[in-house]
Amino acid sequence: MLISKQKPFEEIMGYLNGESKVFLVGCRGCAEGWESGGEKEIIEMKRRLEESGKIVTGYALVDMLCDKALAALKLKNYKKKIDEADSILVFTDGAGVQVVSELVKKMVHPGCNTVSSGGGHAEWKGAERCMECGNCVLEYTGGLCPISRCSKHLLNGPCGGSQGKKCEVDPEIPCVWHLIYERLKELGRLEKMEKIVPPKDWSVSLVAGPPVKRF
Amino acid sequence: MKTRSNLERVLEGGNFAVTAEIGPPQSADPEVIRKKAKVLSGYVDAFNVTDGQTAVVRMASWAACLIGKEYGIDPIVQMTCRDRNRIALQMDILGIAALGINNVLCLTGDHQKFGNHPQAKGVYDVDSVQLIKIVKDMRDERKFQNGEPISYEPRLFIGAAENPFADPFEFRVLRLKKKIEAGADFIQTQIVYNVEKFKEWMGRIRDLGLHERVKILAGVAPIKSVGAAKYMKTKIPGMDVPDEIITRLQGVPKDQVPKEGIRICVDIINQLKEIKGVSGVHIMAIEWEETVPEIVQAAGLYPRPKF
Ligand code: SF4
Repeated sequence: MLISKQKPFEEIMGYLNGESKVFLVGCRGCAEGWESGGEKEIIEMKRRLEESGKIVTGYALVDMLCDKALAALKLKNYKKKIDEADSILVFTDGAGVQVVSELVKKMVHPGCNTVSSGGGHAEWKGAERCMECGNCVLEYTGGLCPISRCSKHLLNGPCGGSQGKKCEVDPEIPCVWHLIYERLKELGRLEKMEKIVPPKDWSVSLVAGPPVKRF
Repeated sequence: MKTRSNLERVLEGGNFAVTAEIGPPQSADPEVIRKKAKVLSGYVDAFNVTDGQTAVVRMASWAACLIGKEYGIDPIVQMTCRDRNRIALQMDILGIAALGINNVLCLTGDHQKFGNHPQAKGVYDVDSVQLIKIVKDMRDERKFQNGEPISYEPRLFIGAAENPFADPFEFRVLRLKKKIEAGADFIQTQIVYNVEKFKEWMGRIRDLGLHERVKILAGVAPIKSVGAAKYMKTKIPGMDVPDEIITRLQGVPKDQVPKEGIRICVDIINQLKEIKGVSGVHIMAIEWEETVPEIVQAAGLYPRPKF
């Protein structure tokens, strides 16, 4: 079971700065169970966003958002509403956010922090990984995770060893920061990478924080 | 002047700066450092000591810097984020400043996988950009990373590294900009063998006016053998050794190769001197430090400014 918690509303509003139309995606799996991105929460989020002057072009609830095939099938039905939006706001764990950013060529904002994947993070077959860091950074990276996919967990761009799109540590591993660069460039959002991302708060992470309090 | 750094003084005076790198020993023998520092004395404005380069256990950079300082040269402590979290980094920053060291070079660090303890747990609590900002805030805002005040601030001249030959190429300029905005005073680059590509990178730096906001020292290094050139070309991540360099080394008799390697290094320095926005060179003759005086003299960079 993946445990996620909604990010503070002000933080989410900050992500939507300069954007007026947004499409919401939730998940009927773990996120519904943990009340961070089920139907009830999505409808409530829609209301709050509209109240704050945003246009919500629509929303979709996927049964298991971490399943790429399932998510692709579902989101196909919403193509028009997704196209209308400036960006997509996803309410589930980090793996689900990454699935959406893989599927849709638009800026994807994380609406939740993933507190724990309950030991299940090795089950995914795709490249999308979540390391339950407790403070999702996918906002800065176009939806590709530098915590789980960069060998040095860097937050401010590729290290000096990135070459030919590969990680310095292993030529078999893509350098995720190169992929992030290409994606943000494609979306015209390179300014995300120019911003200095401050040191991360590891105290909220199951990996580096206290071991039991999240359960 | 932000600090008492000799390097800062040389650069602020508009001089073309010369720094060199020392590799510390895999032992507790201080004589190794003394020998190398003695060789450099008088020929460089400051010297770096690497911090567990390629993730091999060696004498700590700050300790070796202190030994080298006995010879009157200004040390640059290298500090990587691989082995220390924000607590340890800030403690070391306070410590080196208290010991009278004036310069620090903030690095992410080579991954532990490359070293002689690949089983180690990498730290990477913060990255190099964040470390630069931490040092800058400690010095200029008198604040720790958590916001708490510091009563006596560490006055350090802040350095950062950049690799113009790594990918994605276009981002390398933006990354430098980020480091400047974080607080870098000077930059030491990866070793330049591909001067054309370096010129292209510098062109982009000038387009953004970044050369006016930071002092850029271009990295150079003499090559000892054809084998070493080939190794660097194929095995070291982020290194660009053009074929012409290898051909030029192959073109001389075997016993002449080291001499030719030094000549190539001097030629490259002479080309770098002509590039607008390059404020100096950083000579990385690791385990071949004795060549530095010869290189500095041949490149017309001797004597060094005295204050
Ligand atoms: S090469 Fe890329 S993925 Fe590998 S450590 Fe450097 S930035 Fe991270």
